[in-house]
Amino acid sequence: MPARRGILDLAQTILFVIVLVLVPLCLYVVFAVVPTESRMGVVQRIFYFHVPSAICAFLGVGVCAGASALYLWKRDRRFDLLAHAGAELAVVFCSIVLISGPIWARPVWGVWWTGEARLTSTLVLWLIFVGYLVLRGSADNPDQAARWGAVVAIVGALDVPIIYKSVAWWRGLHPRVLKATGGQGLDPTMERALMLCMLTFVLLFTYLIIQRCRLGRLQDDVQALVHAARRGSLPAART
Amino acid sequence: MSYFRTVLLVAAKDLRTELRSREQIVTLLFFALLVLVVFNFAFDFTIIDFVSLGGGILWVAFIFSGVLALGRSFQIEREQDRIQGILMAPVDRSAFYLGKVCATFLFMAAVEAVLVPVTVILFNFPFGPRVGAALLVLVLNTLGFAAVGTLFAAITTQTRRGELLLPLLLFPAAVPLALSAVRSTSHILAGRPFDRYSSWIALSGAYDLIFLTTAILLFDYVLDE
Amino acid sequence: MTGPAVAIRDLEKLYGPVPALDRLNLDIVPGEFILLAGPNGAGKSTLLKTLALLVRPNAGSIHLFGEDARRGDRTGLRRRIGLLSHQTFLYDHLTGSENLVFFGRLYGLEDPQGTAREAIRAIGLEGRGDDEVRTYSRGMQQRLAIARAFLHRPDLLLLDEPFTGLDADGSDRLEAHLRAVRDGGRTCVLATHDLPAALRLARRVVVLAAGGILADRPAAALPAAELEALVRAAARPGRGAPHPGMGAARPDAGPGARP
Repeated sequence: MPARRGILDLAQTILFVIVLVLVPLCLYVVFAVVPTESRMGVVQRIFYFHVPSAICAFLGVGVCAGASALYLWKRDRRFDLLAHAGAELAVVFCSIVLISGPIWARPVWGVWWTGEARLTSTLVLWLIFVGYLVLRGSADNPDQAARWGAVVAIVGALDVPIIYKSVAWWRGLHPRVLKATGGQGLDPTMERALMLCMLTFVLLFTYLIIQRCRLGRLQDDVQALVHAARRGSLPAART
Repeated sequence: MSYFRTVLLVAAKDLRTELRSREQIVTLLFFALLVLVVFNFAFDFTIIDFVSLGGGILWVAFIFSGVLALGRSFQIEREQDRIQGILMAPVDRSAFYLGKVCATFLFMAAVEAVLVPVTVILFNFPFGPRVGAALLVLVLNTLGFAAVGTLFAAITTQTRRGELLLPLLLFPAAVPLALSAVRSTSHILAGRPFDRYSSWIALSGAYDLIFLTTAILLFDYVLDE
Repeated sequence: MTGPAVAIRDLEKLYGPVPALDRLNLDIVPGEFILLAGPNGAGKSTLLKTLALLVRPNAGSIHLFGEDARRGDRTGLRRRIGLLSHQTFLYDHLTGSENLVFFGRLYGLEDPQGTAREAIRAIGLEGRGDDEVRTYSRGMQQRLAIARAFLHRPDLLLLDEPFTGLDADGSDRLEAHLRAVRDGGRTCVLATHDLPAALRLARRVVVLAAGGILADRPAAALPAAELEALVRAAARPGRGAPHPGMGAARPDAGPGARP
């Protein structure tokens, strides 16, 4: 229905514009507005990207697992596209966390990898979902990729809290060495800047996942056309 | 055929096959022994304390041979399309899954039953009185590993890169078990009291419960077409 | 029973964008022996596997013995279906007897040991029943595989290229066995490239092409040469491909008749 399509497209465009505005705003705030942190210095600004990225990584995992469960239940290809997109974004944002962590750690603590509990757990999470993507790539057909991926995603997502708990115990830590709020108390400007970055990242995540799903759908359409052409039965051109 | 009896039937079939061919168990044992020997050379145990490293070494050996066991278990079903024979049968697929878990568990247990005494001898370790706790640690962690491993192996053996994919998927997923196993074993080797590692054991137990249940629910989707 | 043994309506199976089964319609009467012919990739294996409840279709309905295979008691239905393929499904390190007893137990037979003993005797492997299957010749393994497929006396027998790799003796034996099964009133669907043997057995021929039914004739009305020509025509891409949804549930009256 053209009218409904029109509204969805409009919403997407609005989202895109908002993100387009927020990202430079965020950068400006983080680099020009927020005061430098007293103990860690300039490098602490990574925090404003590191933490929201972690949130987005978990969002990706959640979306992937939820969509996977829905796919297994309903067998609707759209859920599978969503799951795949969620996993890809989870890996991307996990990578950002894993790269920004050491960059932050090196000047502050003198080592690249502190073996800190949450970063280590994030590494394991990254490995699980990289494995998910590799598994999907190894499947012979999309239906297999979808089913197998769904199983791994659900197991992986259920595992996440257990992994974080067990690694924290292993390190002998009680929660929060690097913390975002509470306890020490962030400067209010910093807190607001963090909230802004969170919002920006989550909206960016939403936009990216929508685009990735659309891309997946287009790929499906192309595949279908290619096969129809091979069989000599192309459908009539749509107006 | 009742659910429970199907599980036993499948496990018995795997065990009988293995007892006849003996190919798996021998390979597993030698592989695990090899890992131990390598560690014996890799670390200078006159300087380093076995008590602190022993847990890690043992479980590396168990996990690596476990991955081999898992791969082989499903490879047998791939040959001659044997799995289709089972899928055609009027049995619950999750019963087949549990049968496989039992069989894998028993194979790994056999390896562990040999390796623990060997380690005691090889590394000159005085074996403490904590046999019960040690058994609990061995059983719970091996079971969890077999549970998640069987689920993943059922998938990866259907792919071309199966041997690479299984460790890639299984190791991260089994991290909680590995941590629990190693830490508990270390505490046992050091002769520390049970409440030092009771929460780890509880973690393993919870892991087993959660993932056995999940795998039973999800197994149908793994072998579908 | 009165209704059809197999009733398929608008069956679709897609592997990604590729339709392996394209809105197929088919009825099979109890006791019919059908030859499923067609080039590679036409969907014969997929159709057989779908009937065997191994493959889940994307759309359409299957009724086996009057029961809805998608929603009904699949476990119960499985008891009435048997599959014989060119793979033996046998475990090398178990003996012939143990293999049969294993499957007998899986199928919930009342006396698995007795049935297995009887089956071993019937296929002439009495002396070798307690030897591991890996010591059997290919012919012996095939005989055991046939025994395994029939052990639970299925009402619907699905055969996926069972003649592959058999020597003349093995082929004759299998053909004789299938003839006995047919005459015993069981429903059989045979997919094979070995057309002469199949035409001797089948009462009806269904030719598949690109996931749809190209032709559906009584075997008596279809000489071997014509069948071969049909199959070859079906193999050409774009040509000979049926319109989707083609294929009446019942066979055509004879040569020249259109659905």
